[in-house]
Amino acid sequence: MRSLVLPEFTISRSGECDRCRACEYQCPFGVHIYDASNDKMLSDNRRCAGCQRCAVFCPKGVIEIHPSSSFYRPNASWSRERIEDIKRQAETGGVLLTGCGSDKPFRIYWDHMLINASQVTNPSIDPLREPMELRTFLGSKPERILLREDMDADADPVLTLETPILFSAMSYGAISYNAFQALAIAASRSGTFFNTGEGGMPPEMRPLFKKHAIVQVASGRFGIDAEYLNCAAAVEIKIGQGAKPGIGGHLPGEKVSKHVAATRMIPEGTDAISPAPHHDIYSIEDLEMLVSAIKEVTNYEKPVIVKVAAVHNISAIASGIVRAGADILAIDGMRGGTGAAPKVIRDNVGIPIELAISAVDRRLRDEGIRERCSIIAGGGIRCSADVVKAIALGADAVYIGTAALIAMGCTLCQRCYTGRCSWGICTQDPGLMRRLNVEEASQRLVNLLSAWSHEIKEMLGGMGINAIESLRGNRDQLRGIGLHEWELDLLGIRGAGE
Amino acid sequence: MEISCSRTSNESAIEIDASHMDTRELNGLLRELMLAGYERVVLRNVCGQRYIGTRLYSPERRVMNIEIHGTPGNDLGAFLFGHRIIVHGNAQDGVGNTMESGEIVIAGRAGDVTGMSMRGGRIFVKGDVGYRAALHMKEHGQKRPVIVVGGTAQDFLGEYMAGGIVILLGLYGAHNASFIGSGMHGGAMYLRGPVREEQVGSHVHISRADETDMEILRDHISGFIERFPDLALDLEHILDSEWTKLSPRSSRPYGKLYA
Repeated sequence: MRSLVLPEFTISRSGECDRCRACEYQCPFGVHIYDASNDKMLSDNRRCAGCQRCAVFCPKGVIEIHPSSSFYRPNASWSRERIEDIKRQAETGGVLLTGCGSDKPFRIYWDHMLINASQVTNPSIDPLREPMELRTFLGSKPERILLREDMDADADPVLTLETPILFSAMSYGAISYNAFQALAIAASRSGTFFNTGEGGMPPEMRPLFKKHAIVQVASGRFGIDAEYLNCAAAVEIKIGQGAKPGIGGHLPGEKVSKHVAATRMIPEGTDAISPAPHHDIYSIEDLEMLVSAIKEVTNYEKPVIVKVAAVHNISAIASGIVRAGADILAIDGMRGGTGAAPKVIRDNVGIPIELAISAVDRRLRDEGIRERCSIIAGGGIRCSADVVKAIALGADAVYIGTAALIAMGCTLCQRCYTGRCSWGICTQDPGLMRRLNVEEASQRLVNLLSAWSHEIKEMLGGMGINAIESLRGNRDQLRGIGLHEWELDLLGIRGAGE
Repeated sequence: MEISCSRTSNESAIEIDASHMDTRELNGLLRELMLAGYERVVLRNVCGQRYIGTRLYSPERRVMNIEIHGTPGNDLGAFLFGHRIIVHGNAQDGVGNTMESGEIVIAGRAGDVTGMSMRGGRIFVKGDVGYRAALHMKEHGQKRPVIVVGGTAQDFLGEYMAGGIVILLGLYGAHNASFIGSGMHGGAMYLRGPVREEQVGSHVHISRADETDMEILRDHISGFIERFPDLALDLEHILDSEWTKLSPRSSRPYGKLYA
């Protein structure tokens, strides 16, 4: 059926194009074609994903990609997106897929919170010359410490991070082997952790990265056995994901290559289907059972993380999770990314992470169980200031996914689900995957974490605080701007000027 | 900790009275015994202790034989890594949950989600199994998990099944389950006796077992008969019955769902 959708982008080339055909090679969507009879490069705008790969790699720098200026008659109710979604569904009868986090203009609370700085009375600290502690311990903290005679304290296992930032779950299968490796290398060099997602961990990576891996147990139970669970620093039970709360996932057969299949322990080329629920978890008591089973299989040596999407009543859910024995609670906000999700779910289900952190931290404090569990907040963390604000609202650390992908080259074109990622990140195509240099990509990630850590230290010093621990739940360091009364109440902060 | 146990004549075997032990204590003891080199353990008076066999992962793949008298609790043999467990009685929910290899023999009934997500090894159940047995079982290469059930199963047998083999002998009555194989996209289920079209999910293809299938059945059913000699079953008689095979219509059941 002929598509009735207008092209999303316009490609322009200035006159200096010397027909080197680099753009043709770079584009995985087949936009650029060389017209030999006229010695000219042609472009098919309709195929363009706006990923900017050709523009970045054009040796002459003559390619520019713009949002198309063509339009349907402007209509406040029927935006271009609404019209085109209907046309696409009328053409296919299918669920619309998309990638990356929601791009809808829901209020970003980070941008409505301002951070404090000391003036005169409580002096600020210069982190360049004075010690500044970012080390973070995640796990269940004892209510009181009892020292035995040998001066050893009984304590549950914890994760030690050199900076309060972890890479969130991105599975091998969703992302390429190179991208997966880059995250693992960067995590080990930066003293933090990467997360295998639900795709298992290739055996050759286990001895190298086990100390910096968080392995995931999700509803599909892919690639999971006792060995995998023991080759990790922590185990994460994935209940939900911010980009698609309440639904499962399908890794399409096209992405299940031989190596992906071996890692997930399924036949090559079959769909890897993750059911919406864990079928052994229908209650908090059942969750407790899986948490305990994982502690058993890992001999009580590793903290167990339970990851949920931020949704309505998140604080009550969090309370149940802590009571189920989770050592760490990971909450993923609605702007969290994905390799593939139904667009309607991504853009309409869940709540922003900022509100969730605040609600959960307060509830756990009110119930007197906050120390039993650390909180990792994810889904929409874009810069070091977001990290500081998240921790001041009550998180212990943050997960970054999208930011890490952007560091490796991602431009958020949202075509992850096609498996044709031009940057070699979200693809299993060997030719495309090779584009991502593992060493260079991991260096970019290490640099990002290092830069953010410096900035966090500067902000802490400005507040007169010399340890990240003292920032946790320290809402007094935040003020809201342009927020309603209920929003200030929920966030537990005062308005700017107060 | 004082352990009430008695050594049998065989040095590597030990008998334990579990009547006053909680889950964590019992499993910790089993782990200590495994690391100390014991290969055979008999547990008496087991009553509801969960995850028996789960804490027995060892990189060098030590293998234990655990015989259970009483009723073990949920998740018996969850994540099992090569061990052999025999239960002289019934088992509860989650038997062999995500097990990797080994064998579990239940000389009674097993509860819901028996063999959920298992990826290797075999489970033999003398009686029936509960709801959602063999849920999301999967296979890869040589690893092909097997469940053989003497009786039948309740609804949603083999839901999301992605690999492996399920055999229901139907020794004690007809198969009345519904929604069998919803979302099935791999593996095979063999049911002795008739199964109606309306009992199976839309992703399931019903056929008669052929010669290759009969070889598979012969192999695993003789294993079943060997483990439950008291049933006095005749292999040829069992094989010489109407065998229904359920297999997936496609390995990509949701391939056309998306725009």
